Amino acid sequence: MSEVALRSTKKTGRSIWRVVALLAVAGLVMALALQLRARNATQPTSGVAPDFTLKMYPGYDGGLGKPEIRLADLRGQVVFVNFWASWCVPCRDEQPALEQVWRQYRSKGVVFVGVDYVDTEPAALKYLAEFGVSYPNGPDLGTKISPKYHIQGVPESFLVDRQGNIVLFKIAPINEAELVTALDHALAK
Amino acid sequence: MQEARGKSQVAGHRSLDAGWAIALLVGMLVSLLVCENVPLDVCETQACVQWRDLIRQKLAAGEKPEQIINYFQATYGDRVLQEPPRGGFTVLVWILPFVGLVAGVAILVVVLRRMTAQPAPVQLETAPSDSADEYRERLERELEELE
Repeated sequence: MSEVALRSTKKTGRSIWRVVALLAVAGLVMALALQLRARNATQPTSGVAPDFTLKMYPGYDGGLGKPEIRLADLRGQVVFVNFWASWCVPCRDEQPALEQVWRQYRSKGVVFVGVDYVDTEPAALKYLAEFGVSYPNGPDLGTKISPKYHIQGVPESFLVDRQGNIVLFKIAPINEAELVTALDHALAK
Repeated sequence: MQEARGKSQVAGHRSLDAGWAIALLVGMLVSLLVCENVPLDVCETQACVQWRDLIRQKLAAGEKPEQIINYFQATYGDRVLQEPPRGGFTVLVWILPFVGLVAGVAILVVVLRRMTAQPAPVQLETAPSDSADEYRERLERELEELE
C-alpha cells in the first residue's frame, strides 16, 4: 500500500472513532436528559390515565371474582384510583368516606381501586379489615404503578372518566362532598 | 443474580441467630419513603419499622434470608436493594464507571503524547541556485577585469 493510501486509511479510521465517540457522548447526554425529565415529572391532571394491572389482595377483589384488575378493561366506567398505605396517617382520615361513597356508587357504573404503596401485606390487611374496606385493593407490586402517576406521597387520588381520561387529581385526603361532586360530574358526562 | 449474591453472603452463616440475619437484611435494604435511600437499620419511619417487623416475622416463620431479600425485591422493586443487582440493564451501573476510567486514561495518554512529541526535523532542500552561479561568475569576471 502506498504511503498516501496508508495515511488516508488511518485518517478514515480516526474519523470513524471520532463519530463513534460523539455518538456515545450524545447518547449519554440524551439518557441523562430523559432521566432528569422523568424525575421532574409531576402527577398527570388530564389526558389518558396511565394503564396498569393490579394484583389484588386475597378477599379484596371488590366482588369482581378475579385476582387482577386492569384499568384499560374498566373503560366505560368511572374509576376512582386511590394510592394509600397502612403507615399513612392522613389515609386513615379519608378511609371511612371512601368506603361509604363506594357503597353508594358501586351500582352506578363506578369502580374504586385502592393501590397500596410500599406497604407490608400483614399491616395492609389489618388496615383494610379495620376500616371494613370492600372495594378492589392490592399492593403496588415492584413499585411499578406509582411511578406512572408520579405520586409524591400518600394519599393521592385520581378520578378517571368513562373515556379513560383523568378528570380529577387530589394530593391530600379527599372529603366525601368533594368526591361525590366529582363522581356526579363524571357520571353526567 | 441477586439470589446468587444473597446465597453467597449467607451460605456460611445459616447457624447464626436471627439477630444477625436481621442485621444482614436491613443492611441490604433501603427505605423508599420519607428518608429515601437511607439504610433500613437507621430509618425510623413507620414504614421502616413495619419492614423490620416483617423481616422478623418471616425469619420466625423459617424463611431463609435470601428468600426474604427476593420477596422484598419482588414486592418493592430493585430500588429497595442497597446495591443494584448485577444483571440486566442495571449492569451498566457497574460497568460504566470502569469504561469511563479507561476512556479517560486513554484520552490523557493521547493528549500527553501529542504535547510531548518532538517536531519532525525539517529537511531544508538546497537546490542549486542559478542566480548564485550567475553572481559568482559576474564577480569573478569583474575581478579579472580589475586585475
